[in-house]
Order: sequence, then structure tokens, then C-alpha cells
Amino acid sequence: MSKLQLIIQREYLTRVKKKSFILTTLLAPVALALFMVIVGLIFSYQGDDAKNIMIVDQSNVLDGKMKDQRNFYFSFTEKKDIDEISRSNSDKDIDGILVVPPLLDLSSKKHTIFYYSDNQLDIEGSERLQSAVRDKIREYKIKALNLDAAQLENLNMQITLDPEPLTQTGTDDEKAQDNPSPYTSIIAAAIGGIMGFAMYMIVFINGVMVMRSVMEEKMNRVVEVMISSVRPFNLMMGKIIGVGAVGLTQIVIWLILLPLITIGANMLFGFDTQQTMLDASASEMINPEELEMMVTQIMVELKAVNWWLIVPCFIIFFFGGYIIYASLFAGVGSAIGDDLAESQALTLPLTIPVIIALYIMFAALRVPNSTLAVWSSIFPLFSPIVMPARLAFHPPAWQIVLSIAMLVLAAIFCVWISSRIYRTGILMYGKKGSFKEIWKWMISKD
Amino acid sequence: MSILSIRNVSKQYHNHLAVDNVSFEMPRGSILGLLGPNGAGKTSLIRIITSITKADKGEILFDGEKLNLLHPERIGYLPEERGLYKKMKVGEQLIYLAQLKGMPKKQAKEEIEGWLEKFEMSSWWNKKVEELSKGMQQKVQFVSTIVHRPPLIILDEPFTGLDPLNSKLIKQEIMELNRQGTSIIFSTHRMEQVEEICEHIVLINKGQNILQGQVGQIKEMYKDHLFKITYQGSFHQNSSDPEVLEHVDNTLTIRLGELGEANQFIKSLMDRGMLIQRFEEVLPTLNDIFIKKVTEAA
Repeated sequence: MSKLQLIIQREYLTRVKKKSFILTTLLAPVALALFMVIVGLIFSYQGDDAKNIMIVDQSNVLDGKMKDQRNFYFSFTEKKDIDEISRSNSDKDIDGILVVPPLLDLSSKKHTIFYYSDNQLDIEGSERLQSAVRDKIREYKIKALNLDAAQLENLNMQITLDPEPLTQTGTDDEKAQDNPSPYTSIIAAAIGGIMGFAMYMIVFINGVMVMRSVMEEKMNRVVEVMISSVRPFNLMMGKIIGVGAVGLTQIVIWLILLPLITIGANMLFGFDTQQTMLDASASEMINPEELEMMVTQIMVELKAVNWWLIVPCFIIFFFGGYIIYASLFAGVGSAIGDDLAESQALTLPLTIPVIIALYIMFAALRVPNSTLAVWSSIFPLFSPIVMPARLAFHPPAWQIVLSIAMLVLAAIFCVWISSRIYRTGILMYGKKGSFKEIWKWMISKD
Repeated sequence: MSILSIRNVSKQYHNHLAVDNVSFEMPRGSILGLLGPNGAGKTSLIRIITSITKADKGEILFDGEKLNLLHPERIGYLPEERGLYKKMKVGEQLIYLAQLKGMPKKQAKEEIEGWLEKFEMSSWWNKKVEELSKGMQQKVQFVSTIVHRPPLIILDEPFTGLDPLNSKLIKQEIMELNRQGTSIIFSTHRMEQVEEICEHIVLINKGQNILQGQVGQIKEMYKDHLFKITYQGSFHQNSSDPEVLEHVDNTLTIRLGELGEANQFIKSLMDRGMLIQRFEEVLPTLNDIFIKKVTEAA
């Protein structure tokens, strides 16, 4: 086994065999699922204090009927005087009094209703009350103005923009693929967003891991023994490749675990995906047929996505981006002395481009062919995060080729420059690696 | 034949000339003391020999060949800045380091087991390095330096941090390896250890080689022609006596021009009825020579 292989093997095995690795790898998807369930619960929390509301309908606009809603229970009273109702409500079984004044002008678009209570309504509650009363007043107005309810219903329309290519070339199959549906850009954005964000996480977390590992070796002083046996370049590359393999292992395990956990959770908690969708359709007022068509359309779209381009490109950008950032992080790690505090200042120039790239990626999802998106997906410090996000939007081939070429060149350059910093930096004990100092290391001869 | 030939080697770090035109030969199978005050350039020179850094100028021959990428495997290096992977187990770590020195895994395991047994450390095999005391870690590191049986071993301050018992143990091993033919470079500024162990020395100051040779010859070169005489009776100085530098109790320290004068002086003392108990030449210690040379250079 070559020395480089030995180093890769050690870097990989010591990490993978760690209890913390096994725990985080196994528990992270569970924790993520748990987190999403909790977030879902928090967002779907609607309050649990039921309110009994007495309605004073001064001109019978509501027609004595008001459907109870979640947490709101309505009753009507003939009494008109608030004080009187309030007095008779001695045992406090009524939480509030809703007064609907007579509609004096049917053509008015603004109506005010009053809610009397010692406890204020929350924002959501008052919105729900408003919308419930608005619906009733609308019904009342339709009747009073002698309008046809069915005709009015026809005025509620849904417009779908279906993009079509202007010039059609290629075989029928390709035409079918090229023909975008209303969901194309949404699906492309979803795929792009997931890939861009995954790239950001992988590159960042593993890059920092490489840096910590370099710093540890330097602080332990084990590095001097190591480089009396192997070239510093091999030590650095072994570390970068070993840690990268750890990241890859983790991704593969998650890719296997996530579907298993989803299926397991469904079986355990009895979530029915179809039922959930039907619930969703009920609440969004979409009819089930429309929903089914949408799902089919999305499946067709997903199949039509150019996976044969996207997946290999994602892998290329993963390796390129990882090597660029991991090698730069290794270089920075070698320059950090024994003082951890100074690492902040030195890592900043690396974290800033990563974070900028993330924001550009979000912008690129909205306007994938903007000048910003195009050139950021070619600039190698941003392209590993921005280009994967654009891939699903069918960027022109020259952009992908140029981006990959730049990526490869930049990766080679970053490894070269970092190895120059690294071989000097790792032996500089207790010396602060200022930017000026690092520059000297870069340009110094062997 | 020399195991190591250093010829006009220089190394510059930015504005600082760390190694300045150093040359010396190290005979095969010898123990060479590489001496010098802190910051003299010892570590820089060692790093050049171990191929950690390259010399700007000059030539290094290892075993008659120009230093190349294969040579580091034939050198064992114990740096002054000790370090091991703290989270790794002793056995695993030693095998890894031996493999990096080009040893096959199986052979490395056998050798390491032998060494651990010799140092009574067999029970440490599965212990993490961080669980060991500093002294124990030093012993593990020593084993990692020699396990691949290199013909040249470079030890930078090998005894710091060791208790007297372990120091003795390591010293014995160094001598034993030397008897088996291993050449050893021993870098230190503790002169008493150098006197005890080394046959040859190279003294480096401000990057320059200011003194080199066999320990006996160097002492001979730097002797002050001082002699100590311990006597019984009473001593009164005559005008013909040599210069008396010190007279404490019944011991005289004198300086003689040449050894022949000694006989005359002893005869004259005996003629005065004095009884000579002891007569010896006072040779300078390496410490004296070290201080003298370094202060001269400053």
C-alpha cells in the first residue's frame, strides 16, 4: 500500500470508527425527522382555548345561522343591549359578544362589526371571524341584490401559464422532454435548491473538518514525525481525500436511511400519504381529480428531468468544490498557531465566499439565467454551490463546460497554493500566520 | 566510509541565515553529537537531513548517494517537539508509523511486539496515547523512531522529560543499537550527556560549524596545559616553580609549558620532602569548550 493510501485509510478509519460518527450518522436523519415533525406541530398549532361567542345580529344579516368553527362556538340572541347580555352572563359561559350592525348601504365595500370582550382576540382568531362574517354578508348581498350565485362562481378562475418552446428541434422524444409544463420551473427550483444547499453543507462541514485535523496534527507536534516519513503534499492530500470519503460515506448512509425512516415512520404513526394529500386538497379547495393530475404531471416532470446530466455534474461539482475549499481550509489550518482565537480571522476569507455563494444560489433559483447567476456559476469559488442549483433549468452547454473547466483549473491551483502554505505553515510553531506571512510562504522557494 | 556527508550546506529563511555553509563527515557506526546553543541552526540542519526541508545550497550524501526521496525511510527521527496521535491506540499507531517508513504490516507488528516487551509496555498495546504519562509517551515515541531498524537515527534531546531510570534504559538502548552498527546523531545542549555518549561532535553557532572532530582530539586541542597535584607536607613556592593558578588545601593547580616540565617540578617537590599523592592533567570539559567557542564567536 502506498503512503498516500495509508494516510487516506487512517484518516478515514479513525473517523468512521468513532462512536460519535456512528451516532451522528444514524441519529441525524432521525433528529432531522423529529425536528421537522416538531416544526410542523408548532406551525399547525392553532391555540386550544375554545370561545363561546354570542352574536347580536341587529338586522338579521346572518339569517340566524353561523357554522361553528374550530374553537369558536356561536349562539344568537334576540337581546340588543350589550350591558343586558353582559349582566345576564353572570356565570361567564360567554367569552365575547359579536355585534353585526345593520347593513345600511349594500353598495358599500366596507363594513364594521364589533367584538365585545374582556379578553382580546388573537390575530388569527380575528381574521377567521372577519372572513366567516364576510362570507355570510356576501351571501346576504347576493340574495338582496338578486344575483345568480352560480354565475358569480364562474368568475372565480384559475389561470395556468404553460410555457412552450418557440423552436422545436430533435426527435419526438426530445420534444416531449423540451416541452416544459407549468411545474417545470417549480421542480427545477426544488431540485436545484436541494442540491445547492446539500453542496453548501457538505463542502463547508467537511472543509472545516480538514482544517481541524490539520490544526490538531500541528498542535500535537505529530506533524514533524509524519513529514519525516511522507511528503507534506501527500499528508495534505491524504487528509483531504480521507475526510472527503467520510463525508461521502455519510451521504450514502443517509440516502439509504432517509427513505427507510420515512417508510418506518409512516408505518409506525400510520400517516397515509394519500390521505394527507386529500386533506391538503380539501383545505386548499382543490378537487381530487385536479390533485391527481398534478401528481401525475409532477411524476412525469421528475422523469423528464435530465438526471443523466444533473447527477454526474453534481458529482463533478462536489469533488471540485470540496477539493477547492478543503485544500484552502487545510492551508489556513496549517497557518493557525497554537492560539485558536486567531483562526477566526484566518477562516473568514473562506467562509465569506461560501455564504455569498449560498445567497447567490437562492437568487439563482428565482432567476436562473440572470447575469449574476450565470457568472457566479462559472466563478469557481461560487460555482460548486450555484451551478448545481441551475442545472435543472437547462443552462446552455457552454456554461457548464466553461464552469467545469474553471473548476478543474481552480482546484489544481488551490491545491498547489495550499500545499505551499501547508508545508511551511505546519512547521511554524507558535508563530502567528498573518496574511503577510502566508503570502511569503506561498512565494518562497522549497 | 561516511554514512552522512554534509558539504557546504546553507539554508536561508527570509532574512535569517539558519544554516551557513556547514560541512562535516559522519563516519558510519559512530555517535555524533550535534551541539549548539538554542537557535543555532541544529533543528534546521536536521530538517534538511531528514528531507523535511531542502537546502538552498550544498550537497548531502547519505551512504554515498545524493539525498533522495527513498532515504527518509532509512532514517529514524525523534524530533525535539514530540508528538503522537493522542486518540490512537499505541499498537495501532506504532504499526502506522512503521508502515509509513516502508515496513510491511506483519513485520512491523512482530517488531513492535518485541520492543514493547523489551520495554515492559506490552500491556499498553490497546491504550490510547492520551491515557499514558508523558514519560510513557516518550518511550512509545522512541520505539517509533527505531522500529524500522534505520541505519541512521537522529535523536533531538532524547532525554528531556524522562526520569533517571527511563533515561538509563533509553541510553542503554542507544548504546546497544550503536554496537549493532547504527549511526546516531545526538542533538543536545547538555554537555555531560555528550561526553558520556558521543565519539564525535559538531558544534554549530549562528548557523556555522565552528568546531568539529573526535571528542578526545578536541579536548587535547583545547587543553590549557593545566595539571593538578595533591601532596602531603608543606609547600612554599620557589622562583623557579611554574605558575600556580590555584592552591586549595593540599592541591595545587599549575600551568606547565610542556609535559617534560612536569617531571622536573615533581622532582623538585619531592626534593623538598613533599609526598605526591596524585598528579593529573586537567582536560577541559566539553562544557568549557562550548562556552569558550560560543562566547568567542559572539
